[in-house]
Amino acid sequence: MKGSAALKQDAKTDAWRGFQPGDWSSTINVRDFIVRNVSSYTGDEKFLAPPSQRTKAVWAKLQPYFTEERKKGVLAVDAQNPSTLLAHPAGYIDRDNEVIVGLQTDQPFKRAIFPFGGLRMVETGIKAAGFEPDAKVHEAFTKYRKSHNDGVFDAYTPEIMNCRRSGIITGLPDAYGRGRIIGDYRRVALYGINRLLEVKRQERAQIDDMWPNDEVIRMREELAEQMRALQDLASMAKLYGHDITQPAMNAREAFQWTYFAYLGAIKEANGAAMSIGRISSFLDIYIERDLKEGALDEAGAQELWDQLVQKLRIVRFLRTPDYDALFSGDPYWATECVGGMDLDGRALVTKSSYRMLHTLTNLGPAPEPNITVLWSNHMPMAFKRFCVKVSRDTSSLQYENDDLMRPYWGDDYAIACCVSAMRLGKQMQFFGARVNLAKALLYAINGGRDEVTGEQVAPQSMPVAGDFLNYDDVMAKFDSTMEWLARTYVHAMNCIHYMHDKYFYERLEMALHDRDILRTMAFGIAGLSVVADSLAAIKFGKIRVARDATGLVIDYQNEGNISTPQFGNNDDRVDQIASEIVTSFMQKIRKHPTYRNATHTQSVLTITSNVVYGKATGNTPDGRRKGEPFGPGANPMHGRDSHGWLASCLSVAKLPYKDALDGISYTVSVAPQKAHLSETQLVDEATKAFDLYFGRGGFHMNLNVIDRETLEDAIKNPDKYPQLTIRVSGYAVNFVRLTPEQQRDVISRTFHGQI
Amino acid sequence: MSTPGALESGSRHDLRTGASPDAPDEDKFKDEQGAFGYCHSYETSSRYDGPGLRVVLFVSGCLLRCTYCHNPDTWHLKDGTYVSAEQVLRRLGEFAPALRSIDGGLTISGGEAMVQLAFVKRIFAGAKEMGLHTAIETSGFLGDRADESFLSVVDLVLLDIKSSDPDTYRKVTGRDLAPTLRFAERLASIGKPVWVRFTLVPGLTDDPANVEGIAKFVAPMKNVEWVEVQPFHQMGSFKWKAMGIDYKHKDTPPPSRELVNRVIGQFRDAGCRAR
Repeated sequence: MKGSAALKQDAKTDAWRGFQPGDWSSTINVRDFIVRNVSSYTGDEKFLAPPSQRTKAVWAKLQPYFTEERKKGVLAVDAQNPSTLLAHPAGYIDRDNEVIVGLQTDQPFKRAIFPFGGLRMVETGIKAAGFEPDAKVHEAFTKYRKSHNDGVFDAYTPEIMNCRRSGIITGLPDAYGRGRIIGDYRRVALYGINRLLEVKRQERAQIDDMWPNDEVIRMREELAEQMRALQDLASMAKLYGHDITQPAMNAREAFQWTYFAYLGAIKEANGAAMSIGRISSFLDIYIERDLKEGALDEAGAQELWDQLVQKLRIVRFLRTPDYDALFSGDPYWATECVGGMDLDGRALVTKSSYRMLHTLTNLGPAPEPNITVLWSNHMPMAFKRFCVKVSRDTSSLQYENDDLMRPYWGDDYAIACCVSAMRLGKQMQFFGARVNLAKALLYAINGGRDEVTGEQVAPQSMPVAGDFLNYDDVMAKFDSTMEWLARTYVHAMNCIHYMHDKYFYERLEMALHDRDILRTMAFGIAGLSVVADSLAAIKFGKIRVARDATGLVIDYQNEGNISTPQFGNNDDRVDQIASEIVTSFMQKIRKHPTYRNATHTQSVLTITSNVVYGKATGNTPDGRRKGEPFGPGANPMHGRDSHGWLASCLSVAKLPYKDALDGISYTVSVAPQKAHLSETQLVDEATKAFDLYFGRGGFHMNLNVIDRETLEDAIKNPDKYPQLTIRVSGYAVNFVRLTPEQQRDVISRTFHGQI
Repeated sequence: MSTPGALESGSRHDLRTGASPDAPDEDKFKDEQGAFGYCHSYETSSRYDGPGLRVVLFVSGCLLRCTYCHNPDTWHLKDGTYVSAEQVLRRLGEFAPALRSIDGGLTISGGEAMVQLAFVKRIFAGAKEMGLHTAIETSGFLGDRADESFLSVVDLVLLDIKSSDPDTYRKVTGRDLAPTLRFAERLASIGKPVWVRFTLVPGLTDDPANVEGIAKFVAPMKNVEWVEVQPFHQMGSFKWKAMGIDYKHKDTPPPSRELVNRVIGQFRDAGCRAR
């Protein structure tokens, strides 16, 4: 016995050879490992290598699937075996050439089912894809096993149901995985499963003598589940012939172990957003050691990245048509963060930050993984320039303000989904989609009745009287409506996450967290620019209302055509209104206690649901017509930010991050350069523009460098543009896989001259 | 007098907060104080109109009638909105910190910026106080008006020389060429930085001799930092249509890449720094 323990000790020492020891050696602390061992890189991109033969071979094998999927949609579904860590045997794409292995099911592009979230969603998805649901699964999840979805609907109130139906609250994760949880997948590589189990056992032992109230009992059960998940993960890896009970010995193992952990997460949960975290500078430490030892060269290092990214590009979940309308283009937000600074002021930019971005060149542009640059104005100039160049060539990157987030979240946070920062392994979120604030404004005007159906959704109140809208009157009414909406929203979220924890607990992702974590409950608002422009129109213009026979206000006339300020032009008169709405709704949300004492946060983000929300919302006082899409995220309404990108982004940068800690999404499309500047000058100028926007407190930028003509051509000739990638609100999609409606929406957005 | 006509919504005219009041004709316009003037629109993110990122203010009123003008909606003073210089500067001030941080500045274009000389001067002086680089885009036709004190608040002149041949110039603009050349020479004599702009319109200004004439005229001027060849485009044609005025260039194509290269080559051969 003693001998084997010593042997294990040796294995660990060997796995950590050459690393600077520290707190991380005795506790679970990946952040400490990174800051002690990372090699910042300040040079340029000249060292990068092209794809290897093996990478190209695997990629070639995958191409027919991509083509077929574009034509057919879902290619295959395993309707019989609900997905778990061990539900499927090992699967390969091209076994001889795969350097990193592991698939969600036994075949690429075969989608798994997750009935624990909700059976109806699974069966609708299967049928929509043209397959048959399985009778046994049906029986199991109707007769013997309750799902998250069943649980939530047991707890919902009629009022919540009304809100869901009317579309004032939508996209709630009450029928599928909530997602937005990031396991610290790096822990598996650095420590191995055995060590993680040992720590979980200790965490469990520490609460054995705590009095078993609800919270303690739940924690014990969760820890037991987490330990089981870790053991299953090791068994899953064994199916592929790998022993991950021990730490990774080299770069290839570190990549493989980390990927296995992520793969386990996507076998266990079908969350809308399944981020991978912040792995590039972590894995770079292993690459650097291998390079030093002569065990790896640059081509080999790039191969690891390319092959890992190939895997991240073929993650697939089975969704329903309704879901696709909200989140168009089959996204899954395998978000990976690169760059940023550490707390000592050193850039966390490594050669692997470059290698990760370089996959977009080696494999071509793609929406996934959702590569997110944590932009700091202090990052090395060479890296900033490289990012700008990659954006220009691929439109596949998003940027988020590290200088803004670091004071809140430290230097080892990652982005869940599009814009939600969370400290890795120390924080999780109860995801909550969003409410339609534009509709709420119309409810305020109409005494709580829905402007489309006429139904009473919000509590009955006094509708506006008279022919013209009065700003103070409308604001007072809107304030009460928001109070009601906030309360109902928190209520619904508490029901959802109670049931999600109970019936669809993410045991593996949570096993890769500390026991005691910060939970946030992330609320969201849509239609901010519509509300701000509407309120500004009421305040600065003269808005006459038109009513139908039942007295419902259904239209608005700007009497005398007075031009009123519009969000997106750096005009404080309206920008202030937008900021105040954000703060005001956040304060209302904060009034209501949350499940598990989660901290309330808020996002200004729509994904692609700005189209769906717009469709369900009547005429608004700003002149927007019924059914017209909202601006996405925090964007100004299409075409109204008419003074150029500078004015537009300065408006958005004013929105207060402190009251929108779950992120503020902003998408900018600029035409490719046609100016007289040299390539170097253009890149420099764009870099300065980024520093400007983020330096002024801008939170997020989705950057597209593309012109309208190309997009129009892509609609006509989709086969010419299989990899055309475009960033929408918080994520990127294959343009040709968007619905026609979404495509039109993207084209109608403001295109600015070059940055 | 043209009528402003119905322009598409979403263009850059939010300074036009109401109908413009009646304004005098440009020829008779007196503007001694410059506390108020007529502005057409502005944009905040130009990379074309001077060094760095430019806020471009388009003032109204122009004495030229260039047949290819892409802003025919700025010809008359009353095409603009009557606003105070103070209001313009207040708006500019909201962008000033951002502009300073990326070495940008203010460019005043038009219309013809020198129609409202005192107004423009007041705005430039205010911009200088904010620490911004200033540039004026002008045809130079009213260059005689620009006295020393005016030029002292202008860092850069974007001078449109539309032709070197008086007849062609008249054909293009309806006016005399001489004042523009006179202004160019004066700018050279005081060493004021200039970017010469030449709009290349196939069939109108592309004659090699015409280009050659400008090139020879400009080449010895050490203050000319750039000669910019601007290819004709159809992006302004919708305005002519909206305003219901006859547009001669409906069918004029943009110049080919070869033609643009030839013209740039001509400038370079003459010793100009051209792009």
